[in-house]
Amino acid sequence: MTLKELEVGQVGTVVSIGEKGPIRRRIMDMGVTPGTKIKVVKVAPLGDPIEVNIRGYELSLRKDEANQIIIQS
Amino acid sequence: MSITIALAGNPNCGKTTLFNDITGSKQHVGNWPGVTVDKKEGIYRKNRQVTILDLPGTYSLSPYSAEEIIARDYIVKEKPDAVINIVDGTSIERNLYLTLQIIETRIPLVIAVNMMDEVEAKGDVINCNKLSEIFGVPVIPIVARSGKGIKELMDAAIEIANAKKKPNYLDIFDDNISGAVERIAETLEDPKEEDRIWKAIKLVEGDSIVTDSLPENKKAFVAEMIKTAEKSADGDTEAKIADLRYKYITNTVKKAVKKGALDHAETKSDKLDRILTNRILAIPIFAAVMYLLFSFTFSENFLMIEGLPSPGIWLAGLVEAGWGTLTGWVESALVSLGASDWAFSLVIDGIMEGIGAVAGFLPLVLVMFLMLSFLEDSGYMARVAFVMDRLFRHLGLSGKSFIPLLMGFGCSVPALMASRTLDSDKDRRITMMITPFMSCGAKLPIYAMFAATLFADSNKTLIVFSIYMLGLVVAILSALILSKFVIKGETSSFIMELPQYRIPTGKSILIHGWEKVKGFAIKAGTIIFASTVLIWFLSSFNFNGMTDMENSFLAYIGNSFKVIFAPLGFADWRASVGVVTGWIAKENIVATFGQLFANIEDEAVLEAVMAGEEALPAIKDVFTTVTAFSYMAFNLLCMPCFAAVGAIKREMGSWKWTLRAVGFQMLVAYIVALLINVIGNLIF
Repeated sequence: MTLKELEVGQVGTVVSIGEKGPIRRRIMDMGVTPGTKIKVVKVAPLGDPIEVNIRGYELSLRKDEANQIIIQS
Repeated sequence: MSITIALAGNPNCGKTTLFNDITGSKQHVGNWPGVTVDKKEGIYRKNRQVTILDLPGTYSLSPYSAEEIIARDYIVKEKPDAVINIVDGTSIERNLYLTLQIIETRIPLVIAVNMMDEVEAKGDVINCNKLSEIFGVPVIPIVARSGKGIKELMDAAIEIANAKKKPNYLDIFDDNISGAVERIAETLEDPKEEDRIWKAIKLVEGDSIVTDSLPENKKAFVAEMIKTAEKSADGDTEAKIADLRYKYITNTVKKAVKKGALDHAETKSDKLDRILTNRILAIPIFAAVMYLLFSFTFSENFLMIEGLPSPGIWLAGLVEAGWGTLTGWVESALVSLGASDWAFSLVIDGIMEGIGAVAGFLPLVLVMFLMLSFLEDSGYMARVAFVMDRLFRHLGLSGKSFIPLLMGFGCSVPALMASRTLDSDKDRRITMMITPFMSCGAKLPIYAMFAATLFADSNKTLIVFSIYMLGLVVAILSALILSKFVIKGETSSFIMELPQYRIPTGKSILIHGWEKVKGFAIKAGTIIFASTVLIWFLSSFNFNGMTDMENSFLAYIGNSFKVIFAPLGFADWRASVGVVTGWIAKENIVATFGQLFANIEDEAVLEAVMAGEEALPAIKDVFTTVTAFSYMAFNLLCMPCFAAVGAIKREMGSWKWTLRAVGFQMLVAYIVALLINVIGNLIF
């Protein structure tokens, strides 16, 4: 499944991140690497983007970007 | 011996606070060449030989934004004597990712672990000696907000810089990648070994800038080496390297950081965030914060209290009154000196008016930036983007664009300067191009004059409302067109840290506000002053010397240019002159019309016209309801006042982009006014 499908409050483990390119590079630079635990904290009031907790800090990303992150719940 | 020390770190790690601590008031803000990113330099207040440079915040040395390219180029190419890497102790894993990459450059380095007070409050223990041992660099615990540990940090940094001591070589990568790095490094020609290794790492990572800089004859060899390395990395060395770095960090953190029992407890910041970005409350709170931001700066009836000026308006009033008094003194001095007419007019209507035009904006810029830096430093600004992202994404903009656009309804000058808070050049440029379409306060008197004269009472509000809406619609359409077809930029994404909420220190807010005021006064001020004096000259002279506006160069120019405006419905020289005097300040159009159409010199009558209480029947000879609307639309959308153009120049950082923005606005104004005139005449 992907990070986008994870519900608020649930925790998953990152398996892999979508396609090569600057966006994936940035996602990984921000600490989203395989094996890391990731928790969905909330969804923005207008339904997008989402806020996740990873490596002890809060990161926000759009659902499109979350959809590229494959996780295991 | 003088040395240069650069501060590097993630955004929100307390870097600017530390910079302010180290340099005190001895700082200088410039621009990095070619981009609109502040370059902050200062002198260490305890040792004048030490120059401190504040690099833009960056998460990685793999460039993603203009800011990050600057930070990386500076460390790798300019090579400061030492780098202080500020690490936010509360999210140490992500912060150490940059640290590892700085260590890869083997530049003399000191690590400052910041926010040690919050780390302790969480119950975590960071063993700085252990980190120091692993990395081979001094690691100093600090609390930048209170100044704790700064002396030790600076002593260590100066010592490292003088000793030119390099960090340890860290064994981060696996054999395949290390092997490829080594083999590539051997073929590179940079004189220093550490540069060859760093470049080789970046090549294996697939860094586009470094790869492009490679000589053609080496590209094939490098590509082959990467292919070999990729075999062990599932065909993806880029991901593998990021992964290996984080694995190294996880191991290091295991050795040097003891997570406290409170690690998963909800912090005050989390609790606050639950309210501020709550599904239901977020939007009302956001609206209230924006209302406060706007009314604090611009409101005449602050907090809904009739006649109470907001701090911004109050200060602006003080400055204006003070300037008026000073002008009065200068006037009487000139009279007693027996100054000639033209000298008197030059000083009073040209120079004093020109400086006054700059000075009048300073309080607004100051008040707005005091509040903006509060929002920025407290962490709320990131939430503004988070909450508004969905609305603005479709326009190709970021949620943060909301702030400049909103402030545009008050005054374009601070609004344009607020575009500095946007992250990408593309967002900034588009936002600056459309911000003046938000109808500012100075344009209201123009509408009031036309409404009182040409539109029946029942229509007045509707007319004014529709012109505001017109600006909004044109802004939205412009953003769509510009982001789709004209201004190309990085792929839009929203991968952003939401920092912990913190109460900003008064000192950093004041320094920030002061910088903005100074920057505006100097950079924009010269443009505003020069153009005000130029228009004064054109409107008070002809070839025979001093004259009235009716016979001036400006009238002559108005006459020759009026044909351009014929398709828009107002081929009258006085209307053209109004457009030009409106560039000094939009409300000048009313004064110009009063003077040219009805010979009004009386201030009180003019004020009544501006407020829409008195009609100006003479303009009916030139304008119909349709052409009046076309004229209002043209002045709403065309080049903003010189002060705003000055602000655009300051924020764009280039004449090319300033001219593009102004050209775009002129074009849009012409097209929209033309459409109004043509379609309006078909209907009415």
